[in-house]
Amino acid sequence: MVDSGNAGCGKTLAVKHTLLVLGIIMVGLLSTGVAFGADKYDYIDINNPLLRKVPIAIPFFKPASGNGAESETAQTGAILLSDTLSFTGYFKILDRGSFLVDDRQFDVAAPMFKGWTTVGAELLVTGSVALNNPQVEMELRLFDTYNERQLIGRKYTGNVKDIRVMIHRFCNEIMGLLTGSTGLFESKIVYISSGSGNKEVYICDFDGYNPTQITHNQSINLSPAVSHDGKWVAYTSYSKGKPDLFIQNISDKRTSVVDKKGMGISPAWVPGRLELSASLSFSGDPEIYLLTGTGKVINRLTDSPGIDVSPTWSPDGNKMAFVSRRGGTPQIYVQNMNSGQADRITFQGNNNTQPEWSPKGDKIVYTALEKGGGFNICLLGVDGKGLMQLTRGQGDNESPSWSPDASMIAFSSTREGTSRIYVMTAYGADQRRLMSTPGQQSEPKWSPGVTN
Amino acid sequence: MKRRYWVILAMLFIVPGLMLTASCAKKAVKPEAAVSKTDDSAKKVPPAPPAPDDAGKSATLSAREKFMKQDVNFAFDSAVLDATAQAILKDKADWLKKNADTATTVEGHCDERGTVAYNVALGERRAESAKAFLVNMGVPAAKMTTISYGKEKPLDPAKTESAYAKNRRAHFVLK
Repeated sequence: MVDSGNAGCGKTLAVKHTLLVLGIIMVGLLSTGVAFGADKYDYIDINNPLLRKVPIAIPFFKPASGNGAESETAQTGAILLSDTLSFTGYFKILDRGSFLVDDRQFDVAAPMFKGWTTVGAELLVTGSVALNNPQVEMELRLFDTYNERQLIGRKYTGNVKDIRVMIHRFCNEIMGLLTGSTGLFESKIVYISSGSGNKEVYICDFDGYNPTQITHNQSINLSPAVSHDGKWVAYTSYSKGKPDLFIQNISDKRTSVVDKKGMGISPAWVPGRLELSASLSFSGDPEIYLLTGTGKVINRLTDSPGIDVSPTWSPDGNKMAFVSRRGGTPQIYVQNMNSGQADRITFQGNNNTQPEWSPKGDKIVYTALEKGGGFNICLLGVDGKGLMQLTRGQGDNESPSWSPDASMIAFSSTREGTSRIYVMTAYGADQRRLMSTPGQQSEPKWSPGVTN
Repeated sequence: MKRRYWVILAMLFIVPGLMLTASCAKKAVKPEAAVSKTDDSAKKVPPAPPAPDDAGKSATLSAREKFMKQDVNFAFDSAVLDATAQAILKDKADWLKKNADTATTVEGHCDERGTVAYNVALGERRAESAKAFLVNMGVPAAKMTTISYGKEKPLDPAKTESAYAKNRRAHFVLK
């Protein structure tokens, strides 16, 4: 039985990936009423600021045999799935105590929908677990309880230690169906932490798990950004005595340095290509350049006296937003890469920096200095319209970064004293700290999952 | 051999430097009128502690010490040199011209209010504008290098206006 639900390309990738890297096999598509992606559901519109959370019931999974270890896996699996969906801020996870259906008794493949709609569930996830240590087999299904139909059905087999990956995969499919974008639960966040005593580059899972130190140069490291294939991280490091741009392979540590006079700062990868832009000052003042993946200058993109920094690309690569001081204060400009024309899009306040273009293409998130003195995260249409302030009144909030599916934004905040990394939904709801680790954390950059 | 010589030389600066720091720790640089400022700072430097061997050497040391200690300060989000900054830089230019064999690193720094990369760029503008002024005063450009530390190395970590004012600086390190 093969996975007949996905498109050909995705299937090949998924199967190769799981076999070679993770040892998980997605065995099959459990009979569903709807082919994945064939029907467009508008359950969640991430662009709607007045979004109502979707009530979803996630009963404990059903253990196949009922032995102790299996029952425990069935419970922890359901809790992880609840936490994962809850993380997005788009779901209301219903209290298991309110369920009318005995989760040990019901049929995971054909639930009694009435019992679930009565407790307010609009969506239902059921699961079953068969544990044959160290192998585990997990069947997961998503149902629309009002329309009484199965939306997704998947069967995963693999090692017990990969349960987290299986559940994240399934949650990716749920988000794909409900929002039209996948990838959140396989994404990573790179950031700077001073936990070791120096500002070094780290990477963690989307939810703050598995923090791993990437640089160990005991210098000052700043502004990391990961390439679209997840393999390379670019950052600024003082390890050679001045702020230089480094481009490092995350797994084998191969590193290129842009070895030029002056500084190399604020790298931003071009979507879908192994090229990046960054601000270099070898000409005498900071200008933005396009570079190869090994740091060779391809061409110069800005030409104005004074500061030009912090480029960010539209998803199609046709436009670049950046910070320029050409108008007397740092403001955000959008430059058309074909015509070279740059238009200012921020007009409120005297200090607007750190733009990041939404992966959906329509908005730019950035950091604004308020009149009262605080730094806050703002959202603006790429045409300069529709300004929305996402944080307010809680310390300084900086370095906003979109999740790859554009459903969430990570940022740093001093709201609890030391700088830490927080996340929120794309419209500013459900702001919460991502992790609690030693030292100060700053400059989160959300990135695609690391592949090998 | 050469290295040892530098170490000894460095020690000669550091030891009296520490004493100086202890004796006149406070007194934030206030961006007021240029003239009173320079007079004030001249008064602030106490007589150099007697060096073990000769007085001439210690006078040189104290001049170097003063050179390194005195920063040039800037307004928020600005790399413009005001009258005070220019007066300080003129003194520095005189000293550098008299000590023509001395190389200097001009460090640009920012206060913590501002985002990371922008502040690295702003710090560079500050260091470059101080260097350009010194070049115009006749100091050879080849004797100076610049580096920006952005907001990464504040002089005073406090979250107060006076700390911010101290942190927005061009700092001079003699090699």
